[in-house]
Amino acid sequence: MADKLRTQQELERLQAKYIGTGHPDTTSWEWKTNIHRDTYSSIVGHPPLLSYIALAENEPAAKVRARLIRKMLQPMGPPPPREGEEPMLVDRKADA
Amino acid sequence: MSDSDFEQIKKLQQERNAAAAAKSGSRSFDPANQRSDNSTKAKLGEIWDTDLYERNTGDKFAGYHTTLPAADGDDEEMEDADSGRRLVGQYTATRAQIDEFARGDGVEEDDPLAGRGEKSNRITDRETDYQKRRFDRVLTPTRADPFAANRQAGATDEGESYREIMERRELEREEERVRRAIEQKMKEGGPVEEHQPTLQDSGNKENEEAGSTEAAAGRKRKKRWDVASTDDATPAPEPKKRSRWDQAPSVPAPGAPGAEPKKRSRWDQAPSATPVGNVGLATPMHPTQTAVVPPAFGADAAGRYAPLSDEELDAMLPGPEQGYKILEPPPGYAPVRAPAHKLMQAPAPTTGFMMQDPDSGRMTGQQVPKEIPGVGDLQFFKPEDMAYFGKLTDGADEESLSVEELKERKIMRLLLKVKNGTPPMRKTALRQLTDNARNFGAGPLFNQILPLLMEKTLEDQERHLLVKVIDRILYKLDDMVRPYVHKILVVIEPLLIDQDYYARVEGREIISNLSKAAGLATMISVMRPDIDHVDEYVRNTTARAFAVVASALGIPALLPFLRAVCRSKKSWQARHTGVKIVQQIPILMGCAVLPHLKQLVDCIGPNLNDEQTKVRTVTSLAIAALAEASNPYGIESFDDILNPLWTGARKQRGKGLAGFLKAVGYIIPLMDEDYANYYTSQIMEILLREFASPDEEMKKVVLKVISQCAATDGVTAGYLKEHVLDEFFKSFWVRRMALDKRNYRQVVETTVDIGQKVGVSEILERIVANLKDESEAYRKMTVETVEKIVASLGAADIGERLEERLIDGILHAFQEQSVEDIVMLNGFGSVVNALGTRCKPYLPQIVSTILWRLNNKSATVRQQAADLISRIAMVMKQCGEDALMGKLGIVLYEYLGEEYPEVLGSILGALRSIVTVVGISQMQPPIKDLLPRLTPILRNRHEKVQENTIDLVGRIADRGPESVNAREWMRICFELLDMLKAHKKGIRRAANNTFGFIAKAIGPQDVLATLLNNLRVQERQSRVNTAVAIGIVAETCAPFTVLPALMNEYRVPELNVQNGVLKSLSFLFEYIGEMAKDYVYAVTPLLEDALIDRDQVHRQTAASVVKHIALGVVGLGCEDAMVHLLNLLYPNLFETSPHVIDRIVEAIEAIRMAVGPGLVLNYVWAGLFHPARKVRTPYWRLYNDAYVQCADAMVPYYPNLIEEGIDRTELAIVL
Repeated sequence: MADKLRTQQELERLQAKYIGTGHPDTTSWEWKTNIHRDTYSSIVGHPPLLSYIALAENEPAAKVRARLIRKMLQPMGPPPPREGEEPMLVDRKADA
Repeated sequence: MSDSDFEQIKKLQQERNAAAAAKSGSRSFDPANQRSDNSTKAKLGEIWDTDLYERNTGDKFAGYHTTLPAADGDDEEMEDADSGRRLVGQYTATRAQIDEFARGDGVEEDDPLAGRGEKSNRITDRETDYQKRRFDRVLTPTRADPFAANRQAGATDEGESYREIMERRELEREEERVRRAIEQKMKEGGPVEEHQPTLQDSGNKENEEAGSTEAAAGRKRKKRWDVASTDDATPAPEPKKRSRWDQAPSVPAPGAPGAEPKKRSRWDQAPSATPVGNVGLATPMHPTQTAVVPPAFGADAAGRYAPLSDEELDAMLPGPEQGYKILEPPPGYAPVRAPAHKLMQAPAPTTGFMMQDPDSGRMTGQQVPKEIPGVGDLQFFKPEDMAYFGKLTDGADEESLSVEELKERKIMRLLLKVKNGTPPMRKTALRQLTDNARNFGAGPLFNQILPLLMEKTLEDQERHLLVKVIDRILYKLDDMVRPYVHKILVVIEPLLIDQDYYARVEGREIISNLSKAAGLATMISVMRPDIDHVDEYVRNTTARAFAVVASALGIPALLPFLRAVCRSKKSWQARHTGVKIVQQIPILMGCAVLPHLKQLVDCIGPNLNDEQTKVRTVTSLAIAALAEASNPYGIESFDDILNPLWTGARKQRGKGLAGFLKAVGYIIPLMDEDYANYYTSQIMEILLREFASPDEEMKKVVLKVISQCAATDGVTAGYLKEHVLDEFFKSFWVRRMALDKRNYRQVVETTVDIGQKVGVSEILERIVANLKDESEAYRKMTVETVEKIVASLGAADIGERLEERLIDGILHAFQEQSVEDIVMLNGFGSVVNALGTRCKPYLPQIVSTILWRLNNKSATVRQQAADLISRIAMVMKQCGEDALMGKLGIVLYEYLGEEYPEVLGSILGALRSIVTVVGISQMQPPIKDLLPRLTPILRNRHEKVQENTIDLVGRIADRGPESVNAREWMRICFELLDMLKAHKKGIRRAANNTFGFIAKAIGPQDVLATLLNNLRVQERQSRVNTAVAIGIVAETCAPFTVLPALMNEYRVPELNVQNGVLKSLSFLFEYIGEMAKDYVYAVTPLLEDALIDRDQVHRQTAASVVKHIALGVVGLGCEDAMVHLLNLLYPNLFETSPHVIDRIVEAIEAIRMAVGPGLVLNYVWAGLFHPARKVRTPYWRLYNDAYVQCADAMVPYYPNLIEEGIDRTELAIVL
């Protein structure tokens, strides 16, 4: 019993520290969102990779960077509606 | 050093001894064996008397009457002597004896020795009288919660309101005053001065409109906080007479409102709803605290009050034959549980002689039960527990009980489990209490827990557990605790002044949680009445608790309140407590007071000029505490009070002055150099004057201030030398100071602090003569000072003459110790090491002393001599005294037959330090003689001996294994196996390392064979250490010498051996690290086999082997083998035993390091969203671990999401 509680607490602490970590009830939407955010932040965080993409797209690195960062906002679209809730609509055009 | 030299020294030493013996005279010195009487007893001569009675004057009759009293009638008027003439002489016991027998004081009631033994854990046994005053406090009735969110204004609330409490405090104060007045009258007999009654007359304007607390918000007038609102109905007190008004407030007894207590017959006692025994004021006792256990008749006073049985009543009262009738109890009657009085002790178990009367119904009364129904086996059950938990044994039918009663029993059972149960029971019970705390409700919980904490026989462990319960439920109850805050404080506050550090910390934690749960307003309103409580104990603990509240809720929140309290006009006690709170805050929070320093200082500043001495003193102490905590910052905050402090210091005398000096002493180090210098010279006048003060407290403060001033930059060495040193040494370096432990320490510290400034020689010059003083304690004090100064400052400053005197003195002090003391040893060692090569001329003399003492008949003397050798061996080497060391070595070698293990250990330690400095080849006696003598000593079970031998043997095996033949080493190997079982880790480690050295010296084969055989033994500890040793041997002799034999051993069809082999492999691969890459393919088949074994421990150990291999071969091209092992490991992912699953996950993680996350994550994707939670759980664990360790490296390997149209196209760009 105590071990279970402890693992539970440890997991909670872990999740507070690393948003990307998951648990058995993580939804696929959350996980995919995290994948995308991790990817973009990794590219933005490695300047050589960023300039590589900038070169390929023929855009200034700063613009590519800004675009990638913007893409981190709901990369998977809005969260799937829970039961009894209206789906939340976000106008993605406005962000882009 | 030739033999003739040695003889020469011996002769000189003999002469010295003889001379010393002649001089000291009292000791029986025997020239034949050159020993003086070496008993460790102190001499009962003149010196001892002087020591004992702390006399430093020559006249030993000082303080006695030297003349017979002539006129004053001291002895004529014996008060209790009767004046009449008697014909027969009367011989009678003393008053004390009579009292003792009459009251049974110390004989029957409480045995002063009971529980005093070593094993006593009872808290009361180690408490001081002051701390015991906590029993004077009572758990006050539950209070109303004026801050409750949903409270309707005007609605009556259960519990006492703030106003009622303040009234009661007023009453208590008045009672106290009257009591004092009466006492004074009794004592003096004369008329007492008229006191103003502290109670206000009614008609106090302010109070007329004082509404209830909840109306406070809408009130127009601001009331002074410290004027309590007295109820108008309170009759005006008569100052001189104790009348009815002060006996009890008009809280009516339940059931008989306002009525005079009726004469009660046995049955008219209606069961009252509250279990309150003595109405209103007193503690609502534990609802079940009843006299349940009637012990044997006459054994205890409580026995007399046990309920009478029916037979006894029949015998006593007239029956039907006389025309009387026995009535049936009225329907619905339940016997009242006797109100347990606060002072009533739980019946003690019967001890001593007692008549066994089998017929007596009482005899067979309830005993302490072995088992409580519904609780299970407890660790213990004390008779006192019966008072609280007896209800559980009454065997009532649970079906017929009400919900409340059931709840009560449930809590009781859980508490009993927590308090007396085994650890697993405790854990589950605690969990249940915590989880259901809100269901149970604060009232039922605290009504049971808090009386338990007030129990006199409470032990540490029980208190700890109960406090833990409170801590846990506080979190859950949150603002529901408000009505109980004061009760909790009553039991928790004493923890703040406990001797035990952890108890204090625990107390602080609870109070801080409590204040967070209840909120500042509740805390203040609850603790406010205690601030000017009549009892100093209550005020003191309240102040400490308030400081904790301040640290929990922030100083700024409490500051307005503190400011008001510190300026209270009404009572100096309130001001005193307020300042005390400010004093405790920095003690508790340290430098965290800095942001609020100015406000805090301003808050208490005016109290420096208070009319009450006590307030002034505590204010100066508070300032000292603030300055100490804020060191070295914050001098500007003290600007305003510097002047009052200074003038105060000049005006005060006695105890008040001590506080002021302390404050000044702490403020000076904060100042700039110039100011510090100026102020030091100012204060020094007073300090010098107070040097002569006989007051201990003052002495301590003066010493502290001196050492602080000396450490300040602005105070120069020249100044100290010129103005302070002479006076200081004259007043404080006297024998008397050495006798009191605390003074001793303080003087030593201060001298060392001054020494830091003025230099070594300045101090040593003055004290070196004391090394030959006749008082041993004084010599010790000198040695300790010398040691500390020399160790920190070195001996470069010491001139030639001083050096001689120092060595001479310290030798004298060393030789003259009557009780061997580590201080002397340290002092000697430090001085010799500090002097270094300058010791050379004295070494022969020192060595002869050592040799002398090595031959002593007292074990401690020999031990100390051997220890001294280890300390000075290095210096002897520096001085080039190799011959002398050889001599010492031989002597030590001869003493290897020593029977006292402590001494033997020290001798071995000395030998080791000699070997270390002279080297194996130069060692005298030669190693080949020494080592065989050590082999049998290895069998010694004493830890100190074991540790020192194994160290020595290891060193020899490391540096000069060739000096002994292989057979001897093998023999040592066998002895070493036993050492692997040692309790001390250091010994096991040394033994393991020695295996490595020996294997290196004589080749691994034989050692390995020995070790492999040892894998078959039963003890786990031994097997584990053998496995470690095999790993070490493999590391020192290259793995290929060990692996074949080890893998061959795996074929033995015995689980222990196979596990041992796997364990050794695990250590082996851990130690060899990268070397593993050459052996991976060799061990893979073995691991394959192990990983598919049925036994899960087997697989677990194999997994740890895999982990270490994988971590060793990261980036070395063994990926194929690793993936193969991963395939075998992966099915184990669903193991449930925590050890197994941990090892498996670790191994998978290690392989992920070796082959990269991409490959391993391919295994993970499969299960992250598996329909079965049991599958998802371990997969997410793997994922999380990977994510934490290498999130960035995982980015390219996330699954493609093309089909959902949300692929990460950036990753696919190729230029």
